[in-house]
Amino acid sequence: MTHTLSVVVENKPGVLTRVTSLFARRGFNIDSLAVGTTEDPTLSRITIVCSAADTPIEQITKQVYKLINVIKVHDLDPSESVERELVLFKINAAPEKRHEIIEIANVFRAKIVDVGKNSVTIEATGATDKIDAMEDLFRAYGIKEMARTGKIALTRGRES
Amino acid sequence: MSERMTGAEALVRCLEAEGVDVLFGYPGGVALPIFDALYDSKQITTVLPRHEQGGVHAADGYARATGKCGVALVTSGPGAANTITGIANAYMDSIPLVVITAQVSTAVIGTDAFQEIDITGITVPITKHNYLLKDASELPEAFKEAFHIATTGRPGPVLIDVPVDVSKGELDFDYPASVNLTGYKPTYRGHSKQVKQAVSLISRARRPLLYVGGGIVSGGAYKELKDLAELMQIPVATTMMGKSAFPEDHHLWIGMPGMHGAKYTNYAMTETDLLVAVGVRFDDRVTGKLSSFASKAKIIHVDVDPAEIGKNKPADVPIVGDAKNVLGGIVAELRKGADEPKTESWIKLIDEWRAQFPLHYGPHLGAGEEGALFPQYVVQRVNELTKDRETVICTEVGQNQMWACQYYTLRSPRSWVSSGGLGTMGFGLPAAIGAQAGRPDALVIDIAGDGSIQMNIQELATAKLNGYPVKVVILNNGYLGMVRQWQELFYGRRYSASVLPQECPDFVKLAEAYGCFGTRVEVPEELDAALTAAFDHDGPAVVDCRVVGEECVYPMVAPGASIDEMLGGVPGCPVSEMLDDEVLEEVWE
Repeated sequence: MTHTLSVVVENKPGVLTRVTSLFARRGFNIDSLAVGTTEDPTLSRITIVCSAADTPIEQITKQVYKLINVIKVHDLDPSESVERELVLFKINAAPEKRHEIIEIANVFRAKIVDVGKNSVTIEATGATDKIDAMEDLFRAYGIKEMARTGKIALTRGRES
Repeated sequence: MSERMTGAEALVRCLEAEGVDVLFGYPGGVALPIFDALYDSKQITTVLPRHEQGGVHAADGYARATGKCGVALVTSGPGAANTITGIANAYMDSIPLVVITAQVSTAVIGTDAFQEIDITGITVPITKHNYLLKDASELPEAFKEAFHIATTGRPGPVLIDVPVDVSKGELDFDYPASVNLTGYKPTYRGHSKQVKQAVSLISRARRPLLYVGGGIVSGGAYKELKDLAELMQIPVATTMMGKSAFPEDHHLWIGMPGMHGAKYTNYAMTETDLLVAVGVRFDDRVTGKLSSFASKAKIIHVDVDPAEIGKNKPADVPIVGDAKNVLGGIVAELRKGADEPKTESWIKLIDEWRAQFPLHYGPHLGAGEEGALFPQYVVQRVNELTKDRETVICTEVGQNQMWACQYYTLRSPRSWVSSGGLGTMGFGLPAAIGAQAGRPDALVIDIAGDGSIQMNIQELATAKLNGYPVKVVILNNGYLGMVRQWQELFYGRRYSASVLPQECPDFVKLAEAYGCFGTRVEVPEELDAALTAAFDHDGPAVVDCRVVGEECVYPMVAPGASIDEMLGGVPGCPVSEMLDDEVLEEVWE
């Protein structure tokens, strides 16, 4: 089962290594990882998508929480949180195909960020399944290169 | 008022402020500024071990015997690398240590400089936390935090890496009065609802069992444990790390469970209807096959580390908190209106098992063993001869350790110093030195094997030259005994790389070479006199006991088996008859 963990850590050197190496040595796979600052410059947020096969997820969340530099660990419930990924596709696009590709991009509310003689580069954000769907469609044209960020996520504002 | 001084001077001031009285330190290039500052300390005795591993084990032994934080100091590169086994050992057993490693100058970190090693990177998985200082001004806060983290919650080793320009640099020294760690707030008090639930289960249980470990020792919960056991008449099984947490001459003490537990202990663990697990981690050496471990019982699991609860075995009543608070709370609740204990028939049953399957040994291999010196007998005599003295028993790892567990009766807290989780050969002698440094009036004995003792035997020099009169009792059987035992039982007696001739080295001459007292025992009749001479000698002593070679530790749970399926342990029934194909198949699974 796949989980999205939101880990708030002190913004100090070496903290990312402490967190990720813990996953490795406790036998949990990291599927994606995103790190960045938060509203508080002394804190960073690490968003980890990981799959736990046999071991319950609490085992890794408790171990992560034990790290001295870790302030908070949340196992995000997908229905209670907003999740986004960013992706860049560089797609094979001969001039006669360009139009089709741009149309697909528009459907997904993606942006064209670069156009070359034989390629189009598209930027898109969204939940993982949307990105996956775009990737599927673009494969028909030939994806020259693709870069995906790890997922970032926040819980929904319950009070509003 | 802050005071201007060098990083090295500040470091020493930090240690003094933390009450450090002894430090095990091995100098080298970039550590020299710190050693120079230590030279002036009136409070801190610097003890030079003969190997950095020995230094860390000594700090560890000091911590185990006193309950205080142990401190070791080494140089960069190889000095730091040599601490790894010692740090891992302390980490596995949750022992509070502060290990200071010197480091090359910040200007050359990352350039593969002479004697540079990324020790903070290397020790991430084996420390509770670690620090790489970049500026002298960071030093006081880092030390304050390090001692706090090492000694609170679930204790453990903390490493501080100090580059040479940090120890030479200057700062305005002010030792912080408190720490401010947002990400570290251990839970000490058990949740009151959970405590009440535990109380209700305990007062109703017919076959309750206290399964307690190192958490009782580190939490200092001896009295609370004894109160609970006596109030509700609950038998107590102590793990190897929990030894000395409960007096072993008490009628409610039923031994150590697990791989080399007595049959009656493991039967009790299997038949209990309520397992009150406190400060234990359901280690594989205790549980054997997890699915059949305590399978008839509800489980109350108390631990200060939430990550231990439910790690190996789900708990019916999980309680996060330290042993002293939680057990104290349970006892207080029970006293308010406790039912009478309902455990009389349960205790009687365990006593019957105890009478039927006592720990035992004796000549059984064949002719010529009558009158031979048995290793278990040596431990029994050490026990007899130290009954009336404040004694700390240290062990190496292997058969010597298990026989010490089985045949020595510990009577007081912190009288047991032994490497549990990591199982580190070579731990005993340096740990004994550390224990002696912390407990100068105690008789400190290392029960050793001829294999383990050779892993850190150079520390005899440390004992001799620093006036630590530790006694080493070597159960010299001419083998790596536990390895040989597994080879005998599971590998068709093919003794691959496990034979150490009894006469090499000559331990008596070796002891004498270090200026220690050395004596040899070959028959049981010589034993008492030799032990007495060693214990009464005013310096370190080595007793080379030439014991029966092919003796095994029994009972034994084969790896992967349920703990109530034991080899040996039945008087008059040879093990060979129990070792059928089914057992061997399980081992190979």
